[in-house]
Amino acid sequence: MTDTSRARPAPRRRPRPGLIAARNILVYLAKAPTSAFGLLVLALLILAAVFAPLLATHDPYAQNLTTTLQPPGAAHFFGTDELGRDIYSRLLFGARITLTIIFLVTIVVGPIGLLVGTVAGYFGGRTDTVLMRVTDIFLSFPSLILSMAFVAALGPSLNNAIIAISLTAWPPIARLARAETMIFRQADYIAAARLQGASNARIIWRSIVPMCLPSVLIRLTLNMATVILTAAGLGFLGLGAQPPLPEWGAMIATGRRYMIDSWWLVTFPGLAILSVSLAFNLLGDGLRDALDPKQMTRR
Amino acid sequence: MKALSVEKMSIRFGSVTVLPEVSFEVAAGECFGLVGESGSGKSTVLRCASLLLSSWQGEVRIGGVPVREMPLMERCRTLQMVFQDPYGSLHPRHSIRSVLSEPLRIHGLDDREARMAQALEDVGLPPDFLDRYPHQLSGGQRQRVAIARALILEPAVLLLDEPTSALDVSVQAEILNLLARLREERSFTYLMVSHDLAVIDHMCDRFAVMQAGEIVEVLPRDAIPSNQADAPYARELIGASLTYERAL
Repeated sequence: MTDTSRARPAPRRRPRPGLIAARNILVYLAKAPTSAFGLLVLALLILAAVFAPLLATHDPYAQNLTTTLQPPGAAHFFGTDELGRDIYSRLLFGARITLTIIFLVTIVVGPIGLLVGTVAGYFGGRTDTVLMRVTDIFLSFPSLILSMAFVAALGPSLNNAIIAISLTAWPPIARLARAETMIFRQADYIAAARLQGASNARIIWRSIVPMCLPSVLIRLTLNMATVILTAAGLGFLGLGAQPPLPEWGAMIATGRRYMIDSWWLVTFPGLAILSVSLAFNLLGDGLRDALDPKQMTRR
Repeated sequence: MKALSVEKMSIRFGSVTVLPEVSFEVAAGECFGLVGESGSGKSTVLRCASLLLSSWQGEVRIGGVPVREMPLMERCRTLQMVFQDPYGSLHPRHSIRSVLSEPLRIHGLDDREARMAQALEDVGLPPDFLDRYPHQLSGGQRQRVAIARALILEPAVLLLDEPTSALDVSVQAEILNLLARLREERSFTYLMVSHDLAVIDHMCDRFAVMQAGEIVEVLPRDAIPSNQADAPYARELIGASLTYERAL
């Protein structure tokens, strides 16, 4: 009877370590000034994206040819573009596009990179050689050039840009996961898991992936800046989001023609890209410290 | 209770022959020691016997059945290993609960909570340790958890790879007493590697002295105090250990 009474409270307590870890990470990030800035900018970005219809002063697609190229002022916070659209509202709605790109690229790239890297690192030998040569092929092209090639083949659109960016962004993750896996592969706890009869898939999923995850998460966060820049670059070249979508890179591309007389067309989307990529970089740096296992489970 | 026999085990890594040919017998319920200097191949014998290394020749039998022919699940329930370094043998991101429940899940054993509580009790840890992480435990507590993990599948043979050499002297004694008590209660067969003759003297019925991958001599425990070894290397090793103890 003592056994059952001892056993009963346990299942309820099980989710707690995860929650504690999440809270500790957030507290840790908020304490350091740089990562706190990153968190703040990202919170702003997410709020802007979620509440864009409430915060926007104008319809981002509404053209008004009587008020084209208005400088920033009370009527238009960040001015208007060459078709009289409100830049402030367009930036807010652009945040949605940026978030979509980041989210989709991350959920595609993270698992692919982890899978390829851990499998290559764990099995070694021929599996490793084949997987790593494939990775090398992707790595041997500059990512923007390769994604341009993919978009050119698939046809310019936002979705294709996301696919193209994902195809070029996974190899560094795979490389990182493989390097980490090779460190842990020989560890005694892996040997112990093998002695318990764990299958290779189980060892990779339960023992190796948790060890690789922090550095992969950090790398993904740091990668997001590159992803935003590549997306903006593709948008700028007309290969990403198509008009009239308010994508930040595309906004800069169209604003470029009016840059000399109307600085606000390029400056505000540029600042948005700069601050969001900077925020992701700072956050990634902060995560590096916060994801230390001793930090995560501190109570 | 199962006997363990190693017949003509040999392994080479590239051009280096680590074990030329090793044979010995461990009786059921016996504690058999392997001593020798660093690099003499003691741990390699354990890693081969547990099939962590598979590219060796020869035969290892447990209770008469060759380990290579045992189905994986049966092998896991026959033979378990405790590693040298308790800081490296527990997954740093797994709570003690997942460390102990993982083997139960793999083998589809039910009644997990009770088994885990029992395993912790066996090694002298309170049941609320289940929700702790390895870095929250001391070295001795970690090694107790590692022993509990090896015990939870109820194996017949335990391979002990210097289970105390990474620990403090007082903690060493605790762990050795724990291992001795468990053997009395469950009549395990132990194959224990150590470079410390005092540990072997405390634990083992018989021991083999290894040098450069070969067994120089197999001796009973009683041979230690009066240094009855015949082989010159074994005499030297025991002599050195005795002088050291006297100096203390």
